[in-house]
Amino acid sequence: MKGPALLSVEGVAVDLPTPRGNLRAVDHVDLSIGAGRTLGIVGESGCGKTMLSRAILQLLPKKAKLSGRVMFDGQDLVCLDRERLRKLRGRSLAVVFQDPMTSLNPVLTIGTQLIETLQEHLELDGVAAKMRSVELLAAVGIPAPEQRLMQYPHQLSGGMRQRVAIAIALSCEPKLLIADEPTTALDVTIQAQILDLLAREQRRRHMAMIIITHDLGVVAGRTDEVAVMYAGRVVERAPTPDLFKKMRMPYTEALLAAIPKIDAKPHTPLPAISGRPPDPTRPLKGCSFSPRCKYAWAQCQVEKPPLEDADSPGHQYACFRPLNTEAIAPA
Amino acid sequence: MLGFVARRLLYLVPVLLAVSLLTFLIASLLPGDLAYTILGDQATPEKVAALRHDMGLDQPIWWRYLSWLGNVLQGDFGRSFRTGQTVLQAVAERLPVSLELMLLAQIGALTIGIPLAIACAVRSGSAFDRFMTGSAFSMLSVPAFLSAILLIYLFAVELRWLPATGYIPFHEDPVGNLRCFLLPALTLALGEWPVLMRVLRSDMIQTLQEDYIAMARAKGLKPSRILLVHALKPSSLTLVTVTGINIGRLIGGTVIVESIFALPGIGRLLLSAIFTRDLIILQGVVLIVALGYVLINFIVDLLYAVLDPRIRHGHA
Repeated sequence: MKGPALLSVEGVAVDLPTPRGNLRAVDHVDLSIGAGRTLGIVGESGCGKTMLSRAILQLLPKKAKLSGRVMFDGQDLVCLDRERLRKLRGRSLAVVFQDPMTSLNPVLTIGTQLIETLQEHLELDGVAAKMRSVELLAAVGIPAPEQRLMQYPHQLSGGMRQRVAIAIALSCEPKLLIADEPTTALDVTIQAQILDLLAREQRRRHMAMIIITHDLGVVAGRTDEVAVMYAGRVVERAPTPDLFKKMRMPYTEALLAAIPKIDAKPHTPLPAISGRPPDPTRPLKGCSFSPRCKYAWAQCQVEKPPLEDADSPGHQYACFRPLNTEAIAPA
Repeated sequence: MLGFVARRLLYLVPVLLAVSLLTFLIASLLPGDLAYTILGDQATPEKVAALRHDMGLDQPIWWRYLSWLGNVLQGDFGRSFRTGQTVLQAVAERLPVSLELMLLAQIGALTIGIPLAIACAVRSGSAFDRFMTGSAFSMLSVPAFLSAILLIYLFAVELRWLPATGYIPFHEDPVGNLRCFLLPALTLALGEWPVLMRVLRSDMIQTLQEDYIAMARAKGLKPSRILLVHALKPSSLTLVTVTGINIGRLIGGTVIVESIFALPGIGRLLLSAIFTRDLIILQGVVLIVALGYVLINFIVDLLYAVLDPRIRHGHA
């Protein structure tokens, strides 16, 4: 990590009370991202990646308990009062949600939803805000932007709506953009376009970006660093090239293997990860992945592996039986 | 939008025909002969027969309906046999009273209901929310005559701020007119705000969980803007429906409140028409009230389209 981090998440834990008991959605996560850098957070559904993003934005459900620190631009967001937090959100800290079908207000025009953000943070007058909205819509690749301002979300396709959501997020030139599964709800053909759009705008604006996804393929060419999450914890973290070259965590390997290969023969069974993630209201004593791990041995079931440094700089993993070290055979 | 309005107007034609037929049937099928009512018990059968012929009562019922409908379409709703007043005159005299009462009652109910609903939805599940929801429920079960008497006792008898009964026309004394309406309007509002509050509260709680509200918060908008623009508008469809139903109901006046506060509204006109068996007035007024009801519902439909663009564009 060069220079001071723009965002650093320190020991963040999120607990949700449920009828079945306390659910630890995020379990002592440490992460950081420098200005203009890109971080991918990868994990399967329910691993706590969305809760982590909500914890960064301070948008957790009311009942959730958050501990730890979220340092952004020199301030701890957890302790920040509401008014100063509000001035930060949408201005220097922006987000693109997963489903553009539900993240835009159905009863307000695209123009209203774009202009209100500009007027809230940049003190633009009506004409200037409208002109800037048109520019923004054009920048995210929306044809006939002037007409779009008058339209409602339901008159646009899913891909177009996500472009609008991105335009809103970019509108005040944020320092950090959190994209929470930005392409999961979209057609495959649109996914690459949206990801390329995000990457292009990120470079152009020199903005830091966190991409949250369940798809290692999404982060492969588009991030500087990747954190793999499992059952609320970061289990491996590395600069992107190092991760793909020399992954240590069996879970990362399993995630990569679960991506369908384009050159696989027809009817090849997909190497899906067997079993399910553990019940987060019943934490395991040992490594959370051990019940599904083909390398697990006795120690894995009784002791939680700490997140330790690997030999290459910036690479950390939490595993007693790491891959790509001394040859280990499946237990 | 114009096509939408035209389509809705077209739907109204069969509804209005059905309303007129039902109104006519109810009045015609009531027991008792209109001619006897007019002439009294001492009338000779010849006189009755002659009057029945003059009034067309000896014609078949479908013929009477069609000729009545024809008159109505030309603006002739009939004339009271007792006072000689036409239905339209009687309604024109009484309707402003009922409309003013209805309007003030709605303003009162919405002014109490909307802010409370928003406050409860924001803190749903809190002690404040539970207390207000409970209070609304108990207010709902207080009948109008009881709250009317309590209000009269408090504001007219004890504090002597407002008149207990009576009516002063607006053009004679606007302030006095408003003072006459305050207590009856408040009586009605007290019965209505709990319903408005409960429907808006539950819709609003649902809306506040939507992704677009999280998005609005992530955009750093002011809480007031999130609540009043992003959440209230999509939550108000049921509220508009219930308000529409209330307005429609109150166009026909409220017999109890108008009687307690001695307001000369449509409710009392209907009541006296029933007591004096003035079927022409009854039938005409019921039809006009029903027309008002249909009109209000038409406006509610249009309001839906204003509130939710998806309805306007035929998506939902």
